[in-house]
Amino acid sequence: MAIFTIYFFVLIICCFLCLIRAWLGKTIPDRMVAIDIMGTLAVGMTALYALITKLDYLIDVALAWIFLSFIGTLALAKYLAHKTLDE
Amino acid sequence: MNWNEIIGIVIIGVGVAFDFFGCLGLIRFPDVYNRLQAGTKCVTFGTCGILFGIFIMKGFTVLGVKALLGIPFVLLTSPVGAHALARGAHIFGVKLWDKSVVDHYKKDRGDKPRL
Repeated sequence: MAIFTIYFFVLIICCFLCLIRAWLGKTIPDRMVAIDIMGTLAVGMTALYALITKLDYLIDVALAWIFLSFIGTLALAKYLAHKTLDE
Repeated sequence: MNWNEIIGIVIIGVGVAFDFFGCLGLIRFPDVYNRLQAGTKCVTFGTCGILFGIFIMKGFTVLGVKALLGIPFVLLTSPVGAHALARGAHIFGVKLWDKSVVDHYKKDRGDKPRL
């Protein structure tokens, strides 16, 4: 349906806004916040794409993406706090 | 078009609107903590709205139940990641905005050096 295409383009515009923040961001945590939020947006985009194309297995990609984004964010936060990744 | 499809489209629309306003706050706010607050809350609720709308549209099918299963995952992982990122940014030494009025975490940490 056409309305889902409009929703999908709005989400793509949101991803570009996050990329603008990751490009302009003054400090390192600004860029990390932008990438974290883009990961959460990608979950919604993947779920919406599974709904549009009727490919049910794509929702599994969304479920995996949640945890991948979470682990990546935790690793970046640990790097920010301690400046090393080993411990 | 059934009633559940109409309600699902409306809920997905609300979720997409929350996503858009969250990303707009990510652009417009002045500080990394403000940006984290705007972006993470709005985008978490927006993604949960999209998943719940898919569940309303599809009912108890494979797609619908897995979308419903994704809601607690997003609600558990996204605030934890945001909290860790805010703590890391504070320890990293990012200054607050000029017009901020209070910083309790700095008072709690005291003058200890970086961990």
